[in-house]
Amino acid sequence: MGKALLKRTLLLLGTLLLVSALAFAAFSVIPGDPTGSVLGVEATDEQIAAFRARHGLDLPVWQRYWSWLTAFIAGDFGQSYKYDMTVAQLLSDKLGVTLVLSAVSFGLIAVISLPLGLIAARRPGGIVDRAVTVLTQVAMSVPNFVLGIGLMYLFALVLRWFEPEYVPLKDGLWPHLRFMLFPALAVALPKSAMTVKLLRGAILGELNQDYIRTAYSKGNSRGSALRRHVLRNAMIPVVTFLAMAAGDIMAGSIVVEQVFGIPGLGRILISSIGNRDYPVVQAIVVLLAAAVVGCNFLADLLYRVMDPRIDGR
Amino acid sequence: MMLDIRDLSVVFTDRGAPFAAVDRFSLQMDRGEIVGIVGESGSGKSMTAHALMGLIRRSEVEVSGSAVFEGTDLLSLSREELRRYQGRDLSIIFQEPMTSLNPTMRVGAQVEESLRIHERLSRGERKARALEAMALAGLPEPEAVYRQWPHQLSGGMRQRAMIASALVLRPRLLIADEPTTALDVTIQAQILETLKDINRREGVAILFISHDLGVVRALCGRVVVMRQGKIVESGPVDSVFYHPREDYTKLLISSRPSRKKLRGGREDG
Repeated sequence: MGKALLKRTLLLLGTLLLVSALAFAAFSVIPGDPTGSVLGVEATDEQIAAFRARHGLDLPVWQRYWSWLTAFIAGDFGQSYKYDMTVAQLLSDKLGVTLVLSAVSFGLIAVISLPLGLIAARRPGGIVDRAVTVLTQVAMSVPNFVLGIGLMYLFALVLRWFEPEYVPLKDGLWPHLRFMLFPALAVALPKSAMTVKLLRGAILGELNQDYIRTAYSKGNSRGSALRRHVLRNAMIPVVTFLAMAAGDIMAGSIVVEQVFGIPGLGRILISSIGNRDYPVVQAIVVLLAAAVVGCNFLADLLYRVMDPRIDGR
Repeated sequence: MMLDIRDLSVVFTDRGAPFAAVDRFSLQMDRGEIVGIVGESGSGKSMTAHALMGLIRRSEVEVSGSAVFEGTDLLSLSREELRRYQGRDLSIIFQEPMTSLNPTMRVGAQVEESLRIHERLSRGERKARALEAMALAGLPEPEAVYRQWPHQLSGGMRQRAMIASALVLRPRLLIADEPTTALDVTIQAQILETLKDINRREGVAILFISHDLGVVRALCGRVVVMRQGKIVESGPVDSVFYHPREDYTKLLISSRPSRKKLRGGREDG
């Protein structure tokens, strides 16, 4: 296991390096310059030259990348061009908001899909199963921002279950989470639908295995065969999927934040791209990539823990 | 008499016309006896075993007749009532030792599962009984195998683990559904020896199902020959083997590659 772990870790770091290089290259290729958007059109040549010198924009790309990379590894994410703040200062509370939204979404996926998957697998082809199939099909095919607009309209404007205005954490944990529940639902529903489908299929697949016949022959009831034998095996693909989806969930949160007016990473990402505030964009891209790659790494690890047949010797 | 099966039929009703996989099967077995059922694949021999064990899903098929085991008709029991017998008085081992064990459960936990279901014992007691059953089933180093995963065992060892889990409560009847078919010949002979040994030492009756009359002859006293769901012939194994009355039985015997035939270089089975 140790060797496989080392290999995965190296792969993870390599991926992050590649992503950061690609992002850096992309921003040096696209038109537009931070000087224009930050200093305005009336800036003098001296002001522009001073700005470029201060942020190292007069250096070649690879030199800029190298100094950015070494600083980043040392924990210095750089200075925002637009605001008089470090990138770390600018992002810290916004990252927290996005993480809360992602965590609530993740919790919702588990709460929604595990019981539904079990119920659907209980009687394949039954009324519940067919209803779940139709619902999951619908939930899977609606993009999360459309779902977000729909939820906003239904729960905030028609039913008035919540005010369509962001409630920050400093107004209390409970009101904050209560507001976050609705955007989280928009992120969670499509993923829940996939999870239900996957879990249902996995349970039905395992129920047809020979070892289930063995379990019944020992006097297990259907319930205990399900609990003691089927679930652990059926959860292997589901847990792997969920761990991999966790990165996606964070990316999904960024989109849905826009719909619900949540001041998370999404808003600052979009405004920073507009402002050509590259250090900020760069940091967010690398953070997101780290989240996705890290979750894949976790999925791989969980897979090894749950399935004893896999041990990377 | 320990087991009295009368007119056991298994009829599939989910197809166009009703199809009898087992047609009026009758068999009597005494305690400690080893009886064989032979027949080609599709003859209904495994279906008979599964019907007896209560492993046929009742919505798809109709099981009729009676199977009186120690005074109780197994076929008339509800699912819950039957569960009290499964794994305790009746056990079964299957053809596929590779897939019959749960891949994500340690061997020890699977061997002692029947104990967990039917008896209230402490962890230590359960483990002691499991190790005892594993030794009886001929598993070397039971203590080590107890902690292993099924995929770490060879096919023969897995079948021995299955035997141990079937025997952990010392059932009165062990149904062996082609237990050696998936194993190679030397392992096959060792497993047969183990089953014989268990029968002698523990007095467990064995209903041994096979397509191979030679294997049945090495183990059983009596044999039932099945074809297309019906019994075509039955009796002491030697008389059936040496003086088959039915053409089908003769065919089964001649389809085995015997030493004589192999030496003559003319094999038609």
